[in-house]
Amino acid sequence: MNQVALDRIGQIVNGHPVVLFMKGTPQFPQCGFSNLAAQVLKACGTEFFSVNVLADAEVYENLKDYANWPTFPQLYINGELIGGSDIAKEMYEKGELQQLLAGSKQA
Amino acid sequence: MSTIDEMQQRLATLEPEAMEIGDDSALHAGHEGARSGGGHYNLTIVSPQFDGLLTIKRHRLIYNALGDLMQTRIHALSIKAYAPGEL
Repeated sequence: MNQVALDRIGQIVNGHPVVLFMKGTPQFPQCGFSNLAAQVLKACGTEFFSVNVLADAEVYENLKDYANWPTFPQLYINGELIGGSDIAKEMYEKGELQQLLAGSKQA
Repeated sequence: MSTIDEMQQRLATLEPEAMEIGDDSALHAGHEGARSGGGHYNLTIVSPQFDGLLTIKRHRLIYNALGDLMQTRIHALSIKAYAPGEL
């Protein structure tokens, strides 16, 4: 565990209402799951802060420990882990993600 | 033991009523994220242990059951987790 890195991840997660840690960028995703998560957020019409884990070795190596979640992408809303692309898509299809995001904008 | 057999054995702790694992590795061969060598899999699982749990909690139970496979032989896992009666 690298406490400095975990603190930095905490600052990112708590510094923006919606954060997506992904492989690549929303414009140039480098993984189908990351692309799916970014597309779901775009479909919700929400602004989000994205971090390219392939371009940030410290985040890449420590994010899995931060929330004890073993895979990328990872979506955080209001500082809380929502899940990966399967969960984002499922919540979007049920309308739950849109509700959560509407709440985050007011916060 | 194949990775899929190993996954099935570990996921047995969730007492699944139904479980299906597919290997999607061939679809992802050579892409940036597949460099580590682990495989891409999809899992559909029905377990009474998921009853009343949010999806994120269901996924956590699955990741916990798979343990170190998630850091080694599994590079990516797409999950559909249902409680009995939800299908």
